[in-house]
Amino acid sequence: MPELIAKSALEGQGPLTLGGVTLAEAVVGQITSIAVFAGKEKAVAKALKPLGLTFPEPNCWSAKGDARIIWTGRDQAFLTGVEPPMIEGAAVTDQTGGWATLSVSGTAAVEALMRLVPLDLRLMAFPVGRAVRAPLNHMNAVLIRTGDYAFDLMVFRSMARTAWHELESAMQALEARAMLKS
Amino acid sequence: MRIDGKGLIDRTKPVRFRFDGRDYAGYKGDTLASALIANEVKLVARSFKYHRPRGVLTAGSEEPNAMVEVIGAKNQTPNVRATVQEVFEGLVAQSQNRLGSLKYDLLAVNDYLSPFLSAGFYYKTFMWPRAFWEAIYEPIIRRAAGLGSLSGKHDEGIYEKAFAFCDVLVIGAGPAGLMVALTAGRSGADVILAEESHHIGGRLLGDGGVIGGMAAADWVASVLAELTAMPNVRIMLRTAVTGAYDHGTYGALERVGLHKSARPNLPRECFWRIVAGHAVLATGALERSVAFADNDRPGIMMASGVRTYLNRYGVVPGKRVTLFANTDAARGVARDLMAAGVTVAAIIDPREGASAVEDCPVHLGAEVVGTRGRLGLREITVRKGSDEFKIETDCLAVSGGWNPTLHLTCHMNGRPRWNDELAAFVPMEGAVPGLVAVGAANGTFSTHGALATGHAAALRAVQALGRRVSVDLPDAEDAPYRIQPIWQVAGEGRAWLDFANDVTTKDVKLSAQEGFRSVEHMKRYTTQGMAPDQGKNSNVAALAVLADATGRGIAETGVTTFRPPYVPVSIAAMGAGGRGAGFAPQRFLTSDQASRDRGAPMIEAGLWYRPSYFPKPGETTWREACDREVRMVREAVGVADVSTLGKIDIQGKDAGRFLDFVYTNMFSTLPVGRVRYGLMLREDGLVLDDGTSARLGENHYLMTTTTAAAGLVMRHLDFVHQAFCADWQVRFISVTEAWAQFAVAGPKARALLNSVLDEPLGDVPFMAVTTVRVGGVEARLFRISFSGEEGYEIAVPTRFGEALFRDLLARAETMGGGPYGMEALNVLRIEKGFITHAEIHGRITAHDIGMEKMVSAKKDCIGKAAAQRPGLWGPDREQLVGLKAVEAISAGAHLFVPGAEVHREMDQGYVTSVGWSPTLDAWLGLAFLKDGRARIGGRIRLVDHLRGIDVICDVCHPVFHDPEGVKLRA
Repeated sequence: MPELIAKSALEGQGPLTLGGVTLAEAVVGQITSIAVFAGKEKAVAKALKPLGLTFPEPNCWSAKGDARIIWTGRDQAFLTGVEPPMIEGAAVTDQTGGWATLSVSGTAAVEALMRLVPLDLRLMAFPVGRAVRAPLNHMNAVLIRTGDYAFDLMVFRSMARTAWHELESAMQALEARAMLKS
Repeated sequence: MRIDGKGLIDRTKPVRFRFDGRDYAGYKGDTLASALIANEVKLVARSFKYHRPRGVLTAGSEEPNAMVEVIGAKNQTPNVRATVQEVFEGLVAQSQNRLGSLKYDLLAVNDYLSPFLSAGFYYKTFMWPRAFWEAIYEPIIRRAAGLGSLSGKHDEGIYEKAFAFCDVLVIGAGPAGLMVALTAGRSGADVILAEESHHIGGRLLGDGGVIGGMAAADWVASVLAELTAMPNVRIMLRTAVTGAYDHGTYGALERVGLHKSARPNLPRECFWRIVAGHAVLATGALERSVAFADNDRPGIMMASGVRTYLNRYGVVPGKRVTLFANTDAARGVARDLMAAGVTVAAIIDPREGASAVEDCPVHLGAEVVGTRGRLGLREITVRKGSDEFKIETDCLAVSGGWNPTLHLTCHMNGRPRWNDELAAFVPMEGAVPGLVAVGAANGTFSTHGALATGHAAALRAVQALGRRVSVDLPDAEDAPYRIQPIWQVAGEGRAWLDFANDVTTKDVKLSAQEGFRSVEHMKRYTTQGMAPDQGKNSNVAALAVLADATGRGIAETGVTTFRPPYVPVSIAAMGAGGRGAGFAPQRFLTSDQASRDRGAPMIEAGLWYRPSYFPKPGETTWREACDREVRMVREAVGVADVSTLGKIDIQGKDAGRFLDFVYTNMFSTLPVGRVRYGLMLREDGLVLDDGTSARLGENHYLMTTTTAAAGLVMRHLDFVHQAFCADWQVRFISVTEAWAQFAVAGPKARALLNSVLDEPLGDVPFMAVTTVRVGGVEARLFRISFSGEEGYEIAVPTRFGEALFRDLLARAETMGGGPYGMEALNVLRIEKGFITHAEIHGRITAHDIGMEKMVSAKKDCIGKAAAQRPGLWGPDREQLVGLKAVEAISAGAHLFVPGAEVHREMDQGYVTSVGWSPTLDAWLGLAFLKDGRARIGGRIRLVDHLRGIDVICDVCHPVFHDPEGVKLRA
């Protein structure tokens, strides 16, 4: 009988620090999409209550312990880091492994991301707790701010290598620019 | 010639560079132009059309003359303005647009032919003699045309693009811009200060003066220090704002590494998109020349350029300088030169009433009417009243007044308005929403005016942002401008307007004479303003000459349209990162490494990389591998990664109803645990996509799409849901990436699966779905087949994909099976007559592919009504058939009746897919043939003009292999 080994999207890829940015593959555990059926908001809220979470407002995310709930679209959110509860009134779909999560942190994190994401990522416009569906160059991504200098970025698993490469290139350019000044 | 003690160059850091094969020395902080002037190099370029000798004219990005090629290890960049390019150790540049050496340019013969090459000459070559155009004129003009040359290689340099956001964007860091940045910065607002040059200060660096009791340079340094310390201010040097776009968006080009020798990972340029709440245009003004005879010789320069070279770079372009200017402000050039110990031969001022009190001879009411010196100015001729006299001089500084640099205000179709007092166009207020022009860019030419208007604009922006700030306005000179316009000097000889494109006053007059009287027509007729400087130096003067020639006023004549970009922008910067594989994301399968480990060449399918075939030792062509893989599937078992197919999870009590609406056939009646093939139409009735959908539960379906249309179908479902049935209880989401799915096909498929499954398969009928376990992992098993054999697809969560793939292959190989790639997959499906997007390519109806019966009569669906339109069905349509031939056939070939003429009107159809079938020992194809189904059993002639193929084929039913489907259901 076979024993199947699970591999993450960027299995074996260690963190990279360059140009004031640290890029790493993040382990977020289980990912479940929750799509609320019309008029079933209360039932969904009730199901999420034991986790200490509420269904997020558009462009927001929140967390309780390891569990996060991230707005990802109209009437849709991703629950990560926790076994999903039984939810009446929502379409619940396992997405674990379908998304690669990259953490981008450091004082120059915004500088790296502003090479690829065409959104205003200044702290006042995009504070901690915000989540957006945004293009990462040509890729569709989910971007959340986890700290003043920290972001998590979710991309399709199959595109994880391109996402890594593009962020790495941005970081290399930042590093080269910094060397120019010194 | 260097002047001691002058300039902002770093004299402790000498720099060696090369121009036209000769080594020179300059200093850090020099531009190529200033360093060449320091080395007394006067001749730097040849003009575009007549190949006239040209020298440096200006000290800014508007330079029309001094364009050079910069040669790097990986790049050869033409049309680099020597006035912008900073020198660095090892810089290699060469002059361009010459045949032979710069000094003895053979194409200078054009200058002697100029009577035949006047404005519009090449439009005339179109007309007569007619036969000459293609044979003679065009090749000659084409060879001579173009500025600079390219290496012919890919530009492998690194470029960057970036997005920035701010409250206040300040464009230009002269006195006005600095005042804005300081005021807005102190209020705490987010400020971006973009400065085109490599120093902030603007004209203050070139003109000097006193601000707030300090020397201007000291004031600039103190402001810079304060701005640098503010975390809310981003100073972007070497950044030219190139365009104004909707919603406060501005394009900007930053020269990141062009002032250094190439180094790893350092971008050459960065193209910025800056979104600003408020923008302030503080770009200053551009000095304009005067058109007099032979005013284009090396050594004749703009007065402001001479002053900038002296004060900012510590160089002077001559030993005996003459000034020809019509404003009081320009007198400062002569005073600065004399103060630095340079001889000023004379000041020639066309204004009768101007002051004659200077420390050098002043000729009032005088004009320059001629010049001498082929490769460098030697002498000028001055006319005063009826007298003419000559002055020996090697540098003539010219000023015809100033034009506000208002280009950005016109980028959204605004037109500037004429101001008689300034004899210049000034910006129209509100021409670009959110953009305010201040200082010289708005026609306020004094330093005090620049500071005051910048201060006021900043206060308004700060207030609008809900912030408060109090900044004192420093004192500065507030001298009046006092211009008396002079555009051209009457006299013999050619007087140049557009130096870059060799346009003279005579050309403009000729244009008017030949009926091209509108300024836009004149521009195209003469090519004035169409060179890399885009007429920055010549526009206003040219239209003044046109106004004169047509007897209209300048305001009435108007200007041509200023369009982005303000300065040339390399395409490489705008498309940064998009070269080669950077063009689009690459999508990799979980089995990617395992396939590559087996030597499989990968082929792109959309953004995915899929294995083409899996070569075995001894196989020399892809065909050998493909044939083997086909036989392997037909005789034993094959494994293929089919994860690229789109998978959409659909849930809700209206899920079945929703599928009935988007598919032509019925899904609400599908039993749980079963799979059905479905056909989807576009709203126009043509086929959108096909695929299977499985019913996983009462209110739960899983749809599969083709690889190519996965995104398209998802978008279509979203559209249908939102537009037509938003109130239905249905939700869907892509799970393409969540599952790795493998086809296991062949007579031994069941045996292979049983060897990996935790429990042996029970009765799984054809077109069923069930849940199985592999090593404890829950998996989905579909009994479907795209090969015509007994086939299954097993799906596991993606993280287990690679492990399962490797395991399946290892086991398959012990059974005489193995992996198969896209080539074999294609042959297998052609043998079985299954369609792909090669067939359903967007112009195909259900009727065309023989699936009209799949359009259910019991219900409505998207596209059903539109599919009934005349012309979309019947014997006139080309219908799907199979082709069989003994010789090689090709996709893309066209079909003709044997014996009939082969030309377009006789076309009977075309071939969409072909392959060699090792199973049937023949070439097979799928094709669309007019009334094809009625012609099955006949013969058709296949002609491929591109590949030279001409073969008679049998027309067959498209399903060649196992037409009864016995094997599928085995």
